[in-house]
Amino acid sequence: MKKQADGANAARNARRNFLRNSAVLTGGAFAGNALAQNAADNAPPNVPAWMKKEGRALSDGQYGLPSAFEKNVLRRGRGDQVMPGSGSAMTPLQNLRGMITPNGLVFERSHAGIPEIDPAQHRLMLHGMVKQPLVFTMEDLMRFPSVSRIHFLECSGNTSREWKSPFGKSVQVSHGLLSCCEWTGVALSTILEEAGVQPGAQWVLAEGADAAAMTRSVPMAKALEDAMLVYAQNGEALRPENGYPLRLFLPGFEGNMSIKWLRRLKVAAEPFMTREETSKYTDSLPDGTARLFTFSMDAKSVITYPAPDHKLARRGFYEISGLAWTGNGRIRRVDVSTDGGRNWREAALQEPVLSRAVTRFRLPWQWDGNATILQSRALDDSGYVQPNRAQLVAQRGLHSNYHYNAIQSWAVAASGEISNVHA
Amino acid sequence: MSTHKFIRAVSTVVLMCVPFVVHAQSKFAIGTPASEREIKGWDIDVSPNGAGLPAGGGSVAEGGKLYAAKCAACHGAKGEGKPADRLVGGQGTLKAAAPVKTIGSFWPYATTVFDYVYRAMPYSAPQSLSANETYALTAYLLHMNGILGAEATLDAASLAKIRMPNRDGFVGDGRPDTGNLPCRSECK
Repeated sequence: MKKQADGANAARNARRNFLRNSAVLTGGAFAGNALAQNAADNAPPNVPAWMKKEGRALSDGQYGLPSAFEKNVLRRGRGDQVMPGSGSAMTPLQNLRGMITPNGLVFERSHAGIPEIDPAQHRLMLHGMVKQPLVFTMEDLMRFPSVSRIHFLECSGNTSREWKSPFGKSVQVSHGLLSCCEWTGVALSTILEEAGVQPGAQWVLAEGADAAAMTRSVPMAKALEDAMLVYAQNGEALRPENGYPLRLFLPGFEGNMSIKWLRRLKVAAEPFMTREETSKYTDSLPDGTARLFTFSMDAKSVITYPAPDHKLARRGFYEISGLAWTGNGRIRRVDVSTDGGRNWREAALQEPVLSRAVTRFRLPWQWDGNATILQSRALDDSGYVQPNRAQLVAQRGLHSNYHYNAIQSWAVAASGEISNVHA
Repeated sequence: MSTHKFIRAVSTVVLMCVPFVVHAQSKFAIGTPASEREIKGWDIDVSPNGAGLPAGGGSVAEGGKLYAAKCAACHGAKGEGKPADRLVGGQGTLKAAAPVKTIGSFWPYATTVFDYVYRAMPYSAPQSLSANETYALTAYLLHMNGILGAEATLDAASLAKIRMPNRDGFVGDGRPDTGNLPCRSECK
C-alpha cells in the first residue's frame, strides 16, 4: 500500500516538475494554474509539500505582511479620482472578520494627498480663546495621560452612490468608507484644560498639516465629551494615510471632521464656516436648502457575507454575517430578513458591543436554492431604527449625497450570484 | 551681535519666560507657550465676520490674469470646471432635478472663498499666493458669478460686507427624520 502511494507521489512529482518547467517557459501567468492543478496533491492522504522541507527564515528585522495568498485583499477606490491625492480608497469589508480593521486596510479619504511628516518636526498649536496659547511636540503629547478606545470611523459620503440607483458591485465599493480601530491618544479635554478655555468659547477649529490645510469647526461640547488627539491605531503609530503622526478623532461623527495630520486647534465663540463645512459636507434637500453641521453618523448596517463579492456554490447552510454601527451610542439589535423584508429574525451580536464601534452580527441561514433578497436593519440604544431607502428619499430627495444609511438589499439569484438591488 | 539681533534675543527670552510662569500653574505643565510670532505664521483662518483677513487688497482685473495663469488649467477658462470643481454659475438650480453647486449658487460666505484659496490653492502649490493675490482672485471669482462688477476691488473691509446669494440657504441638522418601525413578521 505504501509502495503504491509512493509510486503515485513519484508520478505526481514528475508531473509537477514538468509543470514547473513549463511555467518557467511560458511565463508567470501559467504558474497559478500549475499550483491549482497540484492542489489535491497536498490533501489527504498525501503529506503536504510544505511539511517536507523547512519553512522560510523568521521575520527578524521585517514588518510582517499578509500571506501571498491574500494578495487580493486590498483597499480599492471607485476609480473616479479627479485630482491626484484627492479621493478615497475603501476597506474590503467582504474579506474582514470580527470588528477590527487592520491598519493596512483602513479606508482613506484625503483632500490633497498624503503628507510625509517627520514627527520630530511636527507641532500642534493650541490658541484662540485660551488663557495660555501652547505649542506641543509629539513627545509632549505622549507625556499626557493616555486613553485607548475602539470606535468606528465612517466617511459621511459612504454609500453615497446608492441614493439614485444600486451602484456598488461590491460591498467594498458600496460601504467600504467604514473602518473600526482601537485608537490611542490623549483626551482633547485634557489639552484644553491645560491651556485654559476662556468663557464663551463654543467651537474649536481643527486644521491639518496637509496640502489642503483641511479645516473643520468642532462644537466645544463634543471636544469636551469624547474627542481624542490620536497618535496610535491598533497598537502602532498611525499610518501616514490615516494622519501620522497626529489626528483628531471624534467618535461617531462624520469622518472628515476627525482632521488628519492635526497641526492647529483654535478655540472660538463662533464656527468658522470653512469650505468643507459649507460648500462640501452639507446635505442638500428637495426645497433647495441644505443641512449644515450634520455631524453624527446615524445607525446603519450591512451584510458583508454573503455580498456581491461572493457566490453561493450550493444550497444549504450559510452564516449570514455583517456589521452594524451607530454614532448615537450602542447597537441594541440587528434584524435580518432573508425574504426581501417580509419577515425578520434577530441576529446574534458578537460581544463586545461598544459605544460608537462596529458590532458584528450573525444569523444562521439555510439557503433553499431559490432567488431571494437579504437585508439587515440596525436599531440603536437611542431607539433609532435604520430606515429604508424610500423613507430617506421621502425626507431628503436624491441630492443629499451624504449620510445615506438605508437598509441595503442583496439579491441572491438561483445561480448563487449576488447583486446590489433596491428593494 | 548686531543691535537688531540683540533685541530679538532679549525679547525671545522675555517671551519664553513670562508666559511660562503662567503655564507653570497648569495641571501638567506640558507644552511650550506659543509666541505671537509663531501664532501669526500659522493663524491663517478667516471667519465670516472678516476676522483673520490680512492687510492688502486686489482687483477683479488683477484676479483675471492670476486666474488664467494659476487656476484655469483645472477649473476651466470661465470657471466651468473639469477636472476640478465648477466655480461659476448654477444660481437658481438648487431646487432643480440637477442642482449645480458653485461659489455663486451655493457658498454662503465670501470670506470662505478667501480662506480656502489662501490655504489650499493652487492645488499643486498651496500657501503660495500672497494676500494681495488672494484678494484679487476672490474678487475675480465673485465677478464671474455676477456678485462684483468688473471694476471692483476687494480688501478686508469690503470682503466681509459681501452678502452671497445663498446666504440664507442653510438649515439645521433636522435628524432624526425617518421614523422606521421595526416590523418583524408579514411586513409587506
